[in-house]
Amino acid sequence: MQSIPIPNISLPVPFSPEQASTFAPHVDALYVYLVTLTAFFTLLISAAIIFFAVKYRRRQAAELPRPIAGSMVLELTWTIIPLMIAMTIFVWGASIFFKAYRAPQQAMEVYVVGKQWMWKFQHQTGQREINELHVPVGARVKLTMTTEDVIHSFYVPAFRIKQDVVPGRYLQTWFEATKTGKFYLFCAEYCGTNHSGMGGYIYVMDQAAYQQWLAGGTGTESAASQGQKLFQQRGCASCHQVEAGGQQGLGPTLYGIFGKQQQIEGDGAVTVDEGYIRESILNPQAKIAAGFQNIMPTFQGQVSEEQVLQLVAYIRSLAPAGQQQGGAAAGAQTTSGPTTGGVPPQQQRSNPLHPSDVRQGNPAPQAPPAGGGNTGNANRQQ
Amino acid sequence: MSTNTTAAAATGTREWRSRFPTVNYLNADYGIWSWLLTKDHKRIGLLYLISVSFFFAIGGAYAGAIRLELLTPMGDLMQSSTYNKVFTHHGIMMVFFFLIPAIPGVLGNFLIPLMIGAKDMAFPKINLLSWYIFMAGGLITFCALLFGGVDTGWTFYVPYSSNFSNTYVTLAGLGIFINGFSSILTGLNFIVTTHTMRAPGMTWFRLPLFVWSHYATALIMILGTPVIAITILLLALERLSHVGIFDPALGGDPVLFQHMFWFYSHPAVYIMILPSMAVISEVVATHTRKPIFGYSFVAFSSLAIAVFGFLVWGHHLFVSSQSVYAGMIFSMISFVVAIPSAVKVFNWTATMYKGSISYDTPMLYAFAFIGLFLIGGMTGLFLAALGFDIHVHDTYFVVAHFHYVMVGGTVMGYLGGLHNWWPKITGRMYPEGWARFAALVVFVGFNLTFFPQFLLGYMGMPRRYHAYPVGEPMWQVLHVMSTGGATVLGIGLLIPAVYFIWSMRYGRFAPANPWPGTGLEWRTPSPPPTENFLVTPVVTWEAYEYRPIEELQTIGPGEPDQPIDGQHPANRGTETEER
Ligand code: HEM
Ligand SMILES: [Cu+2]
Repeated sequence: MQSIPIPNISLPVPFSPEQASTFAPHVDALYVYLVTLTAFFTLLISAAIIFFAVKYRRRQAAELPRPIAGSMVLELTWTIIPLMIAMTIFVWGASIFFKAYRAPQQAMEVYVVGKQWMWKFQHQTGQREINELHVPVGARVKLTMTTEDVIHSFYVPAFRIKQDVVPGRYLQTWFEATKTGKFYLFCAEYCGTNHSGMGGYIYVMDQAAYQQWLAGGTGTESAASQGQKLFQQRGCASCHQVEAGGQQGLGPTLYGIFGKQQQIEGDGAVTVDEGYIRESILNPQAKIAAGFQNIMPTFQGQVSEEQVLQLVAYIRSLAPAGQQQGGAAAGAQTTSGPTTGGVPPQQQRSNPLHPSDVRQGNPAPQAPPAGGGNTGNANRQQ
Repeated sequence: MSTNTTAAAATGTREWRSRFPTVNYLNADYGIWSWLLTKDHKRIGLLYLISVSFFFAIGGAYAGAIRLELLTPMGDLMQSSTYNKVFTHHGIMMVFFFLIPAIPGVLGNFLIPLMIGAKDMAFPKINLLSWYIFMAGGLITFCALLFGGVDTGWTFYVPYSSNFSNTYVTLAGLGIFINGFSSILTGLNFIVTTHTMRAPGMTWFRLPLFVWSHYATALIMILGTPVIAITILLLALERLSHVGIFDPALGGDPVLFQHMFWFYSHPAVYIMILPSMAVISEVVATHTRKPIFGYSFVAFSSLAIAVFGFLVWGHHLFVSSQSVYAGMIFSMISFVVAIPSAVKVFNWTATMYKGSISYDTPMLYAFAFIGLFLIGGMTGLFLAALGFDIHVHDTYFVVAHFHYVMVGGTVMGYLGGLHNWWPKITGRMYPEGWARFAALVVFVGFNLTFFPQFLLGYMGMPRRYHAYPVGEPMWQVLHVMSTGGATVLGIGLLIPAVYFIWSMRYGRFAPANPWPGTGLEWRTPSPPPTENFLVTPVVTWEAYEYRPIEELQTIGPGEPDQPIDGQHPANRGTETEER
């Protein structure tokens, strides 16, 4: 489906939000198509009705028209033609959707936690924001999102993206802003009293301004090193080795584990991804790594969703330089892909994510893609 | 028709004159208990009319409050928590206690036995029970709203509704749960009645399309409603004792709730629209004096909708974390389910070709229905397109879509139906001039209210928002238009309320068959006697078969056809018993 170029429209469509992402022109083009179809059929039927209503209006109280039973040819015509038109809409809509939900592998990553009634953001480089997100223009930004309480929905009309955030899961969406400026961020899923107040702005900045913003930022400690601190404080280190080649502790060694296949007790194996790590921290009994005892305590209620994300960032960083995935440092690794057409296939692979945790179109890869040269974040850690 | 029958019909006329208007279902008995304990489907229909009108008025009042609040971007009329209750109450009242029961409860109950030539429903007592259950459910939910309210939205999504909301979720849920049994029993009654109570000669393909459509509706009621009942039960369990079915902290899945909810609630939108389509088929045939073009396509499209309607619930979950492939399948089937609806629209339009089209009020509502349902259905296709829905899901675009189908569709059909059968129900005519005027006001007000909401939604205004950005003057302009339109619409709905009540006393007496129509309901006096027909009718004509002008007279004045001796031996016994 990616090979078919998705139509797009760059003219401003009346009554539409600004077009500020690579999806926006696609969605607007589909909108124009749909409006045209609707206008056509509405006019067709209305014209027919008005014409008949005038031409065949009742002229005598007792008149009786001749009955017409029906026509197989007509029935088939107006079954098959609308069905074919509907299928064109389906294919078009599905192709945009496919693109929107296949996060590119190389992207600047931001962690998002929804909470009644605010959005919290965490950059890999450590900056944290509430209800505001600063991103560079022309960069692919991948959001890994969850919520501390109820379901929320991350919605940026100017980007034409929306993704519900569901408690207990990591969900992803991505965008590439094409225009600098300030754009609305809304919560689109009703979440209680102050639902309509749960919003803010996405600030899309050019590279220079963005670098300046980064430099002036407050929390400059990276997400991974915050995670490292937590790892020590919470006593994770007493059971889990974090160094290469060290002796196994009571729990599996975490060095280089991210993206690998982990054998679990019972049957099968899982890919170690954000969702699996989260589950292992909050609900360790769910899947026991093969060869280990079921002794890890749950940290449910002791670490917040944001802290879990920091721990995830830390565990991801535990790998030889050059073997980590994703997590490209902000700004440094942004790829400005083509604003139209398909994404090159090698960049479509997302991070390996558990299918039940993340709505991804593509199956989780069996092994981490070797040496992506994607080292920005890691270098900063070590 | 043989001379024999005509002679018999003449006797019938005399008999009928002597009995009308002295004895009919309205004046056969007096006193409150003769109504509250009635087993007459026609009286039960009237009980529904009173109760759904009450719930509609409540829901309408809440709608007024919503529109007033949105006149300004600041949430300055009420507090957020109040606003959240107001839109929740509006949705619950309208969906569960008006849109779902209205047409089946009022017109379905009143007309199905008449149309198939039966004396009553198959289970008259169960029919009455349905109404009591409906009232119990409605009043319990109404109490929940009065004594504290609910703030979850009519969709009750967990975990907000299960673990966070401090409002009367369980009580309101209980009312909806109870109400479900009313739906199931009504559906059961419709199905059994249609199967077993048809008059001699009334074959399946002679049934008015009204009956086919209600039959399809009844199937959905029976198959879908238990699922919402279970869903509400689980929600209550979750709230009361934290069993963890939906709670991720206990290993549950909040999205499972959405699947279960929409497994019922998507088919439920067809419970709302199919009966309205039922009305439109009758009205179009009657007011063009032609058989519905492609009768069997229209009949089977109802069944197709009922079946496919069960396979598309996932189109409400495109951005909720459902897998991309599931999304694609649901999207594709949603496009397929739109086709039978399109087929109906084309067939109604084709029926008008070379017809004798009257501009009586029911037909005006049918015109409005076709146009508005077309836009509602087409925008359903917008939403079913995955990439498009990402942007407009949970915005005013969705709000506009479902009001086009539910108000533009269901309410137009309901009003059209009420006007069409008002002479039959009350024995009086409504004032035609006022009614046409009101139909125009409703149409204009409706479009002014809901068209701007499509634009608002595409511009990004999320639904269920108490306040919206001050920095978007266009949003306010559109909201002000919408509120203005709602005012016009409100007036347009009040006018019929007034003249309907007025006409019950002062309206012109209605003949048995004022339009005239071909259905059996028009071949008995207006209002009909308690037993519907003085003699059991025998059907010798096809659905919507308008006879040549001389014979129209015998169909016209309203005496029942006489069974022809020897032709239907099974019926002879009934006939004598009847006399
Ligand atoms: C042509 C057939 C139809 C299609 C393809 C269709 C499609 C859709 C889709 C995809 C949605 C979900 C939008 C979203 O939440 O993002 C939706 C919402 C809705 N539709 Fe339709 N629809 C159709 C007809 C109807 C009819 C006939 C009714 C009712 C009489 C109806 C009532 C609703 C309601 C109530 C909602 C929103 C519920 C809510 O979220 O509160 N639809 N429709
Ligand atoms: Cu639906």
